[in-house]
Amino acid sequence: MFDFGKWTSAFNDWLLGTGMADWLAILIECVLIGVGVLLVYTVLALFYILYERKLCAWFQCRLGPMRVGKWGLLQVFADMFKILIKELICLKGTDRFLFKLAPYLVITSSVVMLACLPWGNGLQIIDWNIGIFFVLAVSSVGVLGILLAGWSSNNKYTLIGAMRSGAQMVSYELSLGLALITICVLAGTLNISELVWAQKDAWFLFKGHVPAIIAFIIYVIAATAETNRGPFDLPEAEHELTAGYHTEYSGIHFGFFYLAEYLNLFIVSGIASLMFLGGWMPLHIPGWDGFNAVMDFIPSPVWFLLKAFFISFVIIWFKWTFPRVRIDQMLSFEWKYLMPFSLANLVLMAVFVAFGWHF
Amino acid sequence: MSDIKDKILKIYPAAEFEQGDCLLVNVAEKDWHDFAARLKNELAFDVLSAVVGVDWKESIGVVYYLTSTSRAWEMLAVKVVCADRENAYIHTVSDLWGVANFQEREVYDMFGIKFIDHPDMRRFFLRNDWVGNPLRKDYDASPGLNPIRLEDEVNEDDTRTFTLDGNGNVKENPKKVFGEDEYVINIGPQHPSTHGVMRFRASIDGEMVRKVDVVSGYIHRGIEKLCEGLGYPQLLHFTDRMDYMSAHMNRHCLCLCIEKALGIVVPERAVVIRTMMDELMRISSHLLSFGCTAMDLGATTAFFYGFREREMVLDIFEKTCGARMSMNYNVIGGVVADIHPDFVKDVKALVEIMPERLKEYHTVFTNNLIARNRLEGVGLLRKEDAVSYDITGPSGRGSGWSCDCRKKHPYAAYDRVEFDEVLLDGCDSFSRYMVRMKEIEQSCRILAQLVDNIPEGDIRAQVPKILKLPEGRWYQQVEASRGTFGVYIESKGEKTPWRVHFQSPCFNLVGVMDLTCSGYMIADLITIGAALDFVIPDIDR
Repeated sequence: MFDFGKWTSAFNDWLLGTGMADWLAILIECVLIGVGVLLVYTVLALFYILYERKLCAWFQCRLGPMRVGKWGLLQVFADMFKILIKELICLKGTDRFLFKLAPYLVITSSVVMLACLPWGNGLQIIDWNIGIFFVLAVSSVGVLGILLAGWSSNNKYTLIGAMRSGAQMVSYELSLGLALITICVLAGTLNISELVWAQKDAWFLFKGHVPAIIAFIIYVIAATAETNRGPFDLPEAEHELTAGYHTEYSGIHFGFFYLAEYLNLFIVSGIASLMFLGGWMPLHIPGWDGFNAVMDFIPSPVWFLLKAFFISFVIIWFKWTFPRVRIDQMLSFEWKYLMPFSLANLVLMAVFVAFGWHF
Repeated sequence: MSDIKDKILKIYPAAEFEQGDCLLVNVAEKDWHDFAARLKNELAFDVLSAVVGVDWKESIGVVYYLTSTSRAWEMLAVKVVCADRENAYIHTVSDLWGVANFQEREVYDMFGIKFIDHPDMRRFFLRNDWVGNPLRKDYDASPGLNPIRLEDEVNEDDTRTFTLDGNGNVKENPKKVFGEDEYVINIGPQHPSTHGVMRFRASIDGEMVRKVDVVSGYIHRGIEKLCEGLGYPQLLHFTDRMDYMSAHMNRHCLCLCIEKALGIVVPERAVVIRTMMDELMRISSHLLSFGCTAMDLGATTAFFYGFREREMVLDIFEKTCGARMSMNYNVIGGVVADIHPDFVKDVKALVEIMPERLKEYHTVFTNNLIARNRLEGVGLLRKEDAVSYDITGPSGRGSGWSCDCRKKHPYAAYDRVEFDEVLLDGCDSFSRYMVRMKEIEQSCRILAQLVDNIPEGDIRAQVPKILKLPEGRWYQQVEASRGTFGVYIESKGEKTPWRVHFQSPCFNLVGVMDLTCSGYMIADLITIGAALDFVIPDIDR
């Protein structure tokens, strides 16, 4: 399996070989990576917007965007340029500083999370011993942005949307975290690249028996709620609160919320693929050496992206099938069912690991 | 009929009767409230079907239409004339029939008749700063009085009640709609879930709705006022533009009313075509309702499924009527054009495909656990309330009230087709929703019976070029998609009607929003609105 780490270290050696100071080389690398992450972010956002529009169209017996470019492929670019030239409107009575700060908080948290994902063999941007814990911590910053957006807009709809969002994200973060901890118990590490390597022989979903499968289901449900997507899209429940917390935003400020929402979909899918489906690790079946070697020929980023897109597909499928739940139903579902189940599942996993019942 | 006369004379010896298409009792204003209470309690007139304000020039007053559900839907009209034209007042009956609350506000708005002891006497359609009462015959319509206002209407929290003091003077008592510390949120007038320009002011406590105040009139077009200046054939096209999802039924109703007044016999072929068009319209309306309910609950995909089949109905309309909406198909004496050669084939295809498609809807939406939880037990409307607020149509039948006009006063071809009146007694949003789904099946059943039995013959009776209705008043009801639609015509023997009133079902539906939404959540308000399924132009007219 090709190690992209060779390229990056070769580039590093070349920079240092030119007689450059260490700090300058690191600075240049950081800037390059930063630009790269933002580019990937934009491209993925554009892809996801088209992906969802096409998928939802097919679910609904429609064609989706077809006019701009072949099969509507250029539609998202047209939309992007349109949103970039829109005026940023800040209404009277809004808290201008917080109002303008909020979208940046949301987008920052999602860009940082994107940088934590295992993009491929040797393509790990932020990699340290508390990796997955760091991801969870950063994801909570996004909630702050949503709450601020709702509060600073000075609008009753946005306030209700923000309150719903706060209640929802704080609640579902618990199940989400517990589902991930379950897998960390199995893996015995929080480090992202170690988590991937630990799935070299088989993915955690297959390794961990029943508790891993339960954790996967809980994770997908909680992740859907965390990204504010249907059937848990109450914070922006279009038919109740027009657009929820971002009602008053226009132009690229709205665009940031919109992008962050799509990218968060990718990120939770990416984390799901990391924790349950082996990250960038190809499908390996113990004993089938020939099969494993063939699988290794497919580049690792392709594996990662395909897995993430697949989980996203499932989450998009939810959204375009189910009606929206009500706030009390959503909260009681989390606190009465999902959370106790995840706790019990965590204990179950601990028992499995303690007795060595997993593969 | 004489039987009811005797009974009325027993409780009110001073009654004077007039015979029209139904019995009319003249009652003095001072006796009206007591008489109304006795009519309701002793003679079982439990439904107030219509409240029609009329200005007879020499006097002004209100004609009430009452229906008795227990006595074969017998109707009785009561005419109450105000003592003083300039300072007109009548005692309210909103304490007896809930539906009178909004109906009387409409009369107050249009005629300036004050209703004594009415709990909330505000204008219903027009702005608070509107000068004059448009339906009065002495209304000054000069544009200078009511210019196009460029400033917003003041958010009016002030309302009033009128009481009568010992000397017979009307006293105004100011009142507030909402308390000082209530958190009021506007749902509408521009809101995705009000299905039009409707505004609800909801007082909320967290996510809970405490009170809903209906602010209507954003698309009020003054159809009743317009009607007074037009000839009878010209009235017809307004009906398609009230409840546009019941266009055929509404127009059918007006045609029936005029035909009744003129004694025109409609050819059999036209009668059957009208019936079939009504049922196609009902299918189309209920499909739209299914789609919108699903969409308001967030199930966007189900919405498209409903629209896919609705398209077939609209295609049938397009071929025969030349339009997909506002079909303008019924005319006085029959229908405007014969059916398209493909009509029979297309209807058969629709009837054949619907059962399978309904199954699909149930799979994708009705049987979904989330949808069930959102609909069941939400927006309870007890049967007594449905009767009191005259909630007819699928919403009333979802509360177990048998109120189908097609069964109670059969018109057109409904007396010769077999169909069941769908009744469910859940009283909640789910029952209302399910009644609609089952009514689609019944409509298909009616269509299947009629499609092969369309008689040959004329499609239109011979009607004089200039129509003059004889002097008198007529009231006609049909079963529209959302409930009983009524037309009141009063004529003084001229080419134009003296007074036309449209009693629209949605007007009553919106009257129970406060009753059904209080104590539920904001999300439920949307669900309840979707399940009641009101169409705004039908309310505002």
